[in-house]
Amino acid sequence: MVGHKSAFMLENANPLIFQRSGARLLTSSDEDEDVHDPIDDREIFDILYLHLIRSINDPEHPLSLEELNVVEQDRVQVNDADSTVGIEFTPTIPHCSMATLIGLSIKVKLLRSLPHRFKIDVHITPGTHASEDAVNKQLADKERVAAALENSQLLEVVNQCLSTKSP
Amino acid sequence: MAADSALLVSLVEEFVSGLQDSKANDTATGVQAKQFTILQLVEALGPSLTSTTPHTRARGVQLLSQVIQQCYGDLSESEVEVLIAFYENRLKDHYVITPFVLQGLKALTKRSLLPTGSAVSMLRSLFQDVHVQSLMLAERASVYNMLLNLMESREAELKGLGADFVFGFVQSMDGERDPRNLVLAFQIAKNIIHRGYELGKFAEELFEVTSCYFPVDFSPPPNDPHGITQEMLILSLRAVLTGTPRFAEFLLPLIIEKLDSDIQSAKIDSLQTLTACMSTYEHKDLAEFLSGLWTSIRREVFQTASERVESAGLAAVTALTSCLSRSILSSDSEDSLKTFLDVVLKDCQHHLCEPDLKLVWPSAKLLQAASSASYRASHIVAAVVIPGLVEQYNSRTQCAHRRTILEVMQGFIHTVKNTSQSADDGESVLLAHRDALCAVVFSALSENSSDLQVTSMRVLSALGQQTGLLSESDVERAVDHLNRLILEEDDSSVSVSVIVCAESLSRLHPTAFITKMVPTLKQEIFSESMVQGEDGTPSNESSQHAVRQRCVSALAAVSTQPSVVQESAPVLLEVLSSAHTGSGGFSVEEVVAVCFSLQRIADQTLDSEETGRFFYDIIIPRLLTLTLQAALQGEGSSGHRSPLVEEAVLSAMVGVISTACAKLQPELAGKMASRVVSLFLEDDVSFLSDDSLPPHIQLLKQGESWSRSQMVCLLMACVCSLPRNVEVPQVERLMEQLEELSITCSHVLSYTSAAKCYAGLVNKRPAGESLNALIQRSTRRVSSELDSPASPQRTQAFTLLLWLAKGLLLRYHPLSTALTDKLFSLLGDPELGPLAGDCFSLLMSDSADVLNRGCHADVRIMYRQRFFTENSAKLLQGFNSAASDTKSSYLKALSHLVSSLPKEVQLTELPALLSLLLEALSCPDQGVQLSTLSCLEPVLMEPPPALIQQLEALVTRLLALTCSSTMTVRIASLRCLHAMSRFPEHEVIPLRARVLQALAKPLDDKKRLVRSEAVLARAEWFLLGSPGGR
Repeated sequence: MVGHKSAFMLENANPLIFQRSGARLLTSSDEDEDVHDPIDDREIFDILYLHLIRSINDPEHPLSLEELNVVEQDRVQVNDADSTVGIEFTPTIPHCSMATLIGLSIKVKLLRSLPHRFKIDVHITPGTHASEDAVNKQLADKERVAAALENSQLLEVVNQCLSTKSP
Repeated sequence: MAADSALLVSLVEEFVSGLQDSKANDTATGVQAKQFTILQLVEALGPSLTSTTPHTRARGVQLLSQVIQQCYGDLSESEVEVLIAFYENRLKDHYVITPFVLQGLKALTKRSLLPTGSAVSMLRSLFQDVHVQSLMLAERASVYNMLLNLMESREAELKGLGADFVFGFVQSMDGERDPRNLVLAFQIAKNIIHRGYELGKFAEELFEVTSCYFPVDFSPPPNDPHGITQEMLILSLRAVLTGTPRFAEFLLPLIIEKLDSDIQSAKIDSLQTLTACMSTYEHKDLAEFLSGLWTSIRREVFQTASERVESAGLAAVTALTSCLSRSILSSDSEDSLKTFLDVVLKDCQHHLCEPDLKLVWPSAKLLQAASSASYRASHIVAAVVIPGLVEQYNSRTQCAHRRTILEVMQGFIHTVKNTSQSADDGESVLLAHRDALCAVVFSALSENSSDLQVTSMRVLSALGQQTGLLSESDVERAVDHLNRLILEEDDSSVSVSVIVCAESLSRLHPTAFITKMVPTLKQEIFSESMVQGEDGTPSNESSQHAVRQRCVSALAAVSTQPSVVQESAPVLLEVLSSAHTGSGGFSVEEVVAVCFSLQRIADQTLDSEETGRFFYDIIIPRLLTLTLQAALQGEGSSGHRSPLVEEAVLSAMVGVISTACAKLQPELAGKMASRVVSLFLEDDVSFLSDDSLPPHIQLLKQGESWSRSQMVCLLMACVCSLPRNVEVPQVERLMEQLEELSITCSHVLSYTSAAKCYAGLVNKRPAGESLNALIQRSTRRVSSELDSPASPQRTQAFTLLLWLAKGLLLRYHPLSTALTDKLFSLLGDPELGPLAGDCFSLLMSDSADVLNRGCHADVRIMYRQRFFTENSAKLLQGFNSAASDTKSSYLKALSHLVSSLPKEVQLTELPALLSLLLEALSCPDQGVQLSTLSCLEPVLMEPPPALIQQLEALVTRLLALTCSSTMTVRIASLRCLHAMSRFPEHEVIPLRARVLQALAKPLDDKKRLVRSEAVLARAEWFLLGSPGGR
């Protein structure tokens, strides 16, 4: 997933370029005991954005996944009533070697963060990766995900991606 | 005499041959007591000093030096002369002797009087015979201290040595490595430079020998035994390097070189050093390095990721520019400032015009830094940049880009402002660009984007803060725009900015606000559509409500000057009177908002005498009249009920009166007090502008009317917030009636306010017999009510007890203990127990309307800790002996007490209270749960050992609370569990599986805020003990 963007990026460059929608605004219904807040797209996006995307860094690259738009809010589909979540993520280049790891991290993060009732589907945005089908298949296979997490080296890498670093 | 000399010989013998170090002190005492002279000592030392063994000679010199260290002040000039000659001679002796020779010389240099010429000869032999860097640490320090001493006392003589002194010093410190000695050496170098010693041809040598330490890289040893910090070394070295322009040709290339370093602290140090030397340098010193310096600084600011490097770089640009601005123009030389700024402009300006605005911020900051250096620099930069920005603004179409341009403009206006104030000549730099800037601002204000509106209002405020920049017509146009935004714009960020902008403009331009804004807002508040609100749809109604709200807060915001207050406050008062009569359709919330606005006006303008008088003459009497009318009217008719009898409105009004009375000028405050007291005690309504009031209103004789008796809260607002030196007339009688009212009245607001008022007065009464008698009387009365279970007035008595206790506790009054003990005993009371438990929260927190520092109450620092230390044992004891059904009151009291303490105190008290706090977590009362959780959470960040032992109990209770029916309890317990994941791994790992399973449930909570806490906590527990986790 290396540098197809300029390797030289300034942290204090014009903020407009990376302007993001700010933190979710707190509404009065959020604080109302009696209102039921459904799990929505934004909530899932925030879970991924705040705790995962921001902290994954390519070791050879100064940009985090955040700046590369790997996960976008409109590629998150949630149906609280049917208990389903669908995520499309976009590897930065078609041959990105980290695609499987990113997918696995997203999947694990959601498994840990969502109620058991949810069926979680993580796949690559169609047409953005060379071995799209293979990766999707891997991510959809429960057994293989479980097996991957038995592998302590792989689990270590995934956990590192999921560690919240102090900003 | 013979005995003395025998004693001396034996002392010398014991020290030199017997190696008894303590004899040195005895000898010194002998010399000080004039038992023997220093020359006699030298004579007695004769054999040792001439011994053939160097160690014996050393021992002899050591004794002499140690004696001199203690009595160098008592020596005569001739003795000193002899001693110096002796020591100088000894410097040539064996190396084991040198340390003691230096010790002696150092002691002698501490004398303020030395024989003429001795300093020079001492130094000559020192520089000639001693190689300083082969000495030990302490001896090197002696040399440096000697130099420092001599520099203090014999400056003229040392300067006579000419450049030789500098050369000698350079040789002595060359290669010094110890930070303690470096601090001394840098001090000497700094003295050399700042006190005008002749550097001669050794300037470069002195620079070399000091600059080799630049940039300083030093980390003190772990326990920091010497107290020397990197900062200290950096600053003392900087004082040397930047002290003289003669170093410029060496220092500036060095700085350019070090800016290339990869180490951030080196960059920062270099930039700060550069900034520092600019105050002594002139243009000629830096001319040849200017372009190199600029290139390096620009590169750093453009590329850095660190704010510290950036701000150091910008400061350096400002310093450079202001150095150049000082250079005097001669007719034949070129204008160096102009030349430099041309380069800066050439390098930066084009970034302001790039289509994607990439480097716009660093470029703008560099230009702003240059422009802030001087008036002339501002002129040169503004002349190029401002027209460019205006053009950019007009040619851009994207909102985001336009906003960025506006923000850059704002930055320039701010930096320019700083300098044109200090320049005494000339007009504002921006005057030439005024029309163009105003045009941009007004066009942005008319845009539809709230971002643009907000930013342009900031620019407008910046322009408005410059005196004489905005013309009257500009301000009027601006006010028109602000009016429009207040009336039409619903966006919350815009409304906030409008208020801020209006406030800042009104400070310098009150007239436009008086003539244009106040009338418009008034018209809107009373407009027809508002009055006939009923036919509107609900959404329409709520938006009208919002408009009114904005008008009312804008009126308060612009009341920054007395002249505006005279216009705006009457509008607010008019709202209150039409709300009272029922016309205008004002809701209770709107009336409350009006009161808040009046309070804000009182807060921001009462420092002026004029406004003080206005509040005294008009506003406060008017408020009292209206509420009195409302109270009297409320009793008779059953139809329209004036909003002014509502508790919410009265509380808001308490805020107005209390803020005003706390800030009134002393004379007015005194008069206010006597007016209000005579109104409440003697029905004196003469100062109220209403002739129709009945003669016997008897506000404190409650009778049957609560609407009249509750007005006592306004009495409290006035008399309890006056400064302590203002005397309240008839205070004894007043307090008697307040006590009566607080016990006998049955209306909650009335008896509570009476109790608060009583406590507020007690808090400020001078200590003494009469106060004690008063307290004892009230205590007796309260106790007799509380002790008779059948009394209908127990709640009232309890309220008075609580407030009285608070008023006395705050000032550490000795009688407060009896009252708080009474409160503790009520915890076991079946009827009042829960109330008593809650009251500790009130006792420990600041109350908004009375007994706080804002109303000049007597509040001692740390009264909470003190109360806790004195009473926690009582509480524990009470809890243990209490019946099971009253235990929860004790827990309530405890959790309130503990959560009011600072964290450090909580940590030390925790072990003793832990079991009780855990008990409190399982107490069914949600208030107790919440306050216990809130005091546990910070403690869990650094868990004390006592807590670790109770882990099992803690987790069980916390997990149970994650399913509480109250969302705040669920959130707080999840936060505590989150904090527990950071406990030592081996302690919590056994709990992992259980916690993970239990936390799955709150992941599906119906409240999003709870779910997000659960996600955070569960993620951390997953990582616990997992590879790569933690």
